[in-house]
Amino acid sequence: MSFEVINPGMLTLIQDRGRHGYQHQGITTGGPMDSHAFHWANQLLGNAAGAAQLEITFGMLELRAEASTTIALTGADLGAELNGEALAPWCTHAVRPGDRLRFQSPRSGLRAYLAVHGGFEVKPVLGSCATVSREQLGGLDGQGAKLRQGDRLPYRALETPLDARVPGWAVPDYQKPLRLGVMLGYQQAHFPRTALMTFFSETYEVTQNIDRMGYRLAGSPVHCDLDGIVSEGIAYGAIQVPKDGNPIVLMRDRQTIGGYPKLGCLSTLGAGALAQRGPGCRVSFYPMDVGEAEAERLLFNRSLGL
Amino acid sequence: MRIEALNEESCIVYLGETIDEAVSARVTRAVAAIREELGELLVDLVPSYTSILVCYDLTRIDRFGIRTRLRRALERGEAAGGAGFEPRTVELPVYYGPEVALDLADICEHAGLSPEEVVRIHSETDYRVYAIGFSPGFAYLGNTDRRIAMSRKSTPRLKVPSGSLGIADTQTAIYPSSTPGGWQVIGRTPLAMVDWSSASLARVQVGDRVRFRPISREEYRELGGRFDEL
Repeated sequence: MSFEVINPGMLTLIQDRGRHGYQHQGITTGGPMDSHAFHWANQLLGNAAGAAQLEITFGMLELRAEASTTIALTGADLGAELNGEALAPWCTHAVRPGDRLRFQSPRSGLRAYLAVHGGFEVKPVLGSCATVSREQLGGLDGQGAKLRQGDRLPYRALETPLDARVPGWAVPDYQKPLRLGVMLGYQQAHFPRTALMTFFSETYEVTQNIDRMGYRLAGSPVHCDLDGIVSEGIAYGAIQVPKDGNPIVLMRDRQTIGGYPKLGCLSTLGAGALAQRGPGCRVSFYPMDVGEAEAERLLFNRSLGL
Repeated sequence: MRIEALNEESCIVYLGETIDEAVSARVTRAVAAIREELGELLVDLVPSYTSILVCYDLTRIDRFGIRTRLRRALERGEAAGGAGFEPRTVELPVYYGPEVALDLADICEHAGLSPEEVVRIHSETDYRVYAIGFSPGFAYLGNTDRRIAMSRKSTPRLKVPSGSLGIADTQTAIYPSSTPGGWQVIGRTPLAMVDWSSASLARVQVGDRVRFRPISREEYRELGGRFDEL
């Protein structure tokens, strides 16, 4: 049984935890841009932690169900409707054969996650079905294609509906001004102190240049003493600063190595929160200790049984 | 040797500052030692010229534990002096003919050498794989002889055919797939650099030695070489 794709929307991708263990071959990880929303969606359905879901960027997706099941919606509110009735995010919804699921455009946030009970059944490539279009890996066809009209998303039918919702304390408000912790690292010593003070005291704007590789920000430039560095591995959430001084946060589909100076990293959860912000949103930063990020992440893992 | 935390699940090990053989050899030895010592604690290891990015599984080890285990692995690796690690030499057939050596004429002019001399110098050099990145299987090799070194093209090509060998300064790279790129293309290998169905995936690994064997147009064709993708 499957969902038939009536309209694939702007950018809808199959994502699981990501393709780990191949970065030394130059293969990026992919995986959910917002780990918080992704993991909660699987949790609501009692799915395996990394079960494959749809990451719906911006909306416009339309699906038709062939069999009964329960889905979970988390992340952005993209104006989802089931047969014309509004669906609330951050909870489960029962779906019957013939039902039409339609997403409009962002009300709050940028990326929604749609999980189905048991996960979408997609054949993995190199251990993962995470779609990385640039590398032609993952997705329904195994070759990195985004969702297309007429695609069928296979799942196993479930007759008895499930009913679960994410507790209020775990539902983020994407409209709130975003303040993100930054762990200084990499070439931070080559950024003049005044540059780092600027970075931590000014507000930056999310530009139009945002994708699964990176988020380009604009604001008071942060200049580094170095033009380039010997290419090195780029951690998820690393903040790289090219010559123009505008920071770029490197996301899930980033290149594995690179030669621009970096001032530090966001946490996984911090980078995920940024991924829900679109062009024009404002972001500011504060210095964060690795221990703090570790504690935050372990608490998150514990509440989700990861 | 420095181990620096980056975020809650990764840190980076620096083993030197400059691009040279000795540092790269330390990186290769350290990668082997870390893999052996840390095994399932690792999510990803990304070696490059002077460093190794270590992504670890936070559900199994924390920021203090990883540092201790890494230090132990690195010390043992250095003490063993690379015993048990044999660098492989990979020979790659390369056709340096005009249909595929898109920038050979420019390199000749820049170097003041004939095509035969440029090819001889390029194929007589023993290369080392310093890093893999940019795109899956894209291998950065060094060191290209200074006599034929040339900087990147001022305007990158929108499409460099897969299998192309490029020169940028004292580096040589092989484009495993057709991507945009600005390296000066000197020839092409008929072999696929990445095989998705094989366990090792890529034909070369960081630390391997690479030698290029000039082949004729006929042999290039016999080995499956193509002249399209331009």
